[in-house]
Amino acid sequence: MSEPSVNPLLVVPVVSEPSQPRSGRRGSGYLAGPLRLGTTPSATVGPYLAIGMTWPDGVWAAAEGTPGACWIRGRVFDGAGDLVADAMVETWQADPDGGFPSPEDPRGAASYPGFRGFARSHTADPPGEFAVHTLKPGRVPDGEGGSQAPHIDVSVFARGILDRVVTRIYFADEAEANAEDPVLASLPDDAARRTLIATPAPDGYRFDIHLQGERETVFFQV
Amino acid sequence: MTGTTSAGGLHLPRYHREDAALRTPVGFPDYRSTALRAPLRTPVDLPQRLTEVTGPVLGEDRVLPHDADLTLRNGGEAVGQRILVHGRVLDSDGRPVPGALVEVWQANAAGRYRHVGDSFPAPLDPHFDGLGRVVTDGLGRYEFMTVKPGAYPWGNHHNAWRPAHIHFSLFGRAFTQRLVTQMYFPDDPLFGQDPIFNAMPAAARHRAISRFSLERSQDNWALAFEWDIVLRGAEQTPFETDDDGDVA
Ligand SMILES: [Fe+3]
Repeated sequence: MSEPSVNPLLVVPVVSEPSQPRSGRRGSGYLAGPLRLGTTPSATVGPYLAIGMTWPDGVWAAAEGTPGACWIRGRVFDGAGDLVADAMVETWQADPDGGFPSPEDPRGAASYPGFRGFARSHTADPPGEFAVHTLKPGRVPDGEGGSQAPHIDVSVFARGILDRVVTRIYFADEAEANAEDPVLASLPDDAARRTLIATPAPDGYRFDIHLQGERETVFFQV
Repeated sequence: MTGTTSAGGLHLPRYHREDAALRTPVGFPDYRSTALRAPLRTPVDLPQRLTEVTGPVLGEDRVLPHDADLTLRNGGEAVGQRILVHGRVLDSDGRPVPGALVEVWQANAAGRYRHVGDSFPAPLDPHFDGLGRVVTDGLGRYEFMTVKPGAYPWGNHHNAWRPAHIHFSLFGRAFTQRLVTQMYFPDDPLFGQDPIFNAMPAAARHRAISRFSLERSQDNWALAFEWDIVLRGAEQTPFETDDDGDVA
């Protein structure tokens, strides 16, 4: 008698995920397999991403004045070769010792002076160009006894892209390490590898991203 | 100095990847901007190693107290239907994601963004900038007060209108968990003609739609909408035991 005057036959049930207990409890014996909630689908950042994702300190993966820091600058191109002036580039990387300022690193969170490891740059000014100020990463263990060449993980977001695209920056002056890198080795040819190599520039490195076209950058599924 | 790796392997989690049939594709032809921007080649599988399973720590230091209430800006109150948007950030294992930065942005009640690129001739609201930021609590919960965004036209096709939505950007704990998405409102009549909504596979679209919540609506003040966000969780072994203790 608590909710009068509503015909229960006219009430549309709330659609929710079936068989997804909200408690997150496992081991109860009622689930045929491991509990798995469906992930939220991604969507484009749209043209107005700058409203929600502009940080005054975004570009500083390494704080201003950090000894040894450099700029990585690049442009984002579309399939017609035009600059993409409403994209956002985010970077995540190890410090020069190969450690990560993250509690998720099983070796322990590293703490390197002035280093955040993460940067976010829009491509609005100058149009189509991003820039991050950072420290060149060190080599990072591959978890299987080997090591990876210095690299930076990159996410690109933009209007027209419904999910972020992921790539990696490697460094032209690390030829020896690059030759041993398992990810670079997994690529089909040198042309593909070249799309991931940042080249030296007066204040650091240059790394252009081609979303599409003949020179399409190698993108990864993580 | 950083910690060192002991000889032998590192024990790294592996983040589950949702079936392609339930993920939004990078490109979708009906959404015209994708034609020259979505990569055309098949992405290469990147094994998840240290760089992918770690991520930046971004929390309270990125948020100011007023960031959780978008209705109060420049000394006045935004125009529109006040709504409380709330929910939990979980991973696909069902575990809450505490201390996670959630960034949101949206149009005002008239469907206009405070952005130089938005030329829709609807009024700007001097007391609404459309930007919010919150950090999830210890149980992965978030909430913010805002006004319900209006629908807006966007020129993708004749009479193209975006259903009302709020943009969300989330960091989990790992690079693999990064998510940018949009939250919709129940029963929006504009869903059928919107290619951004319909780019989501039909079987996953309901996950992007919030639920009206009378329980959390505030008497004489605001309606409430509930939306749980699920980030990728770690792969599990089938008979993993739960040693996290009892259900809260
Ligand atoms: Fe929008």
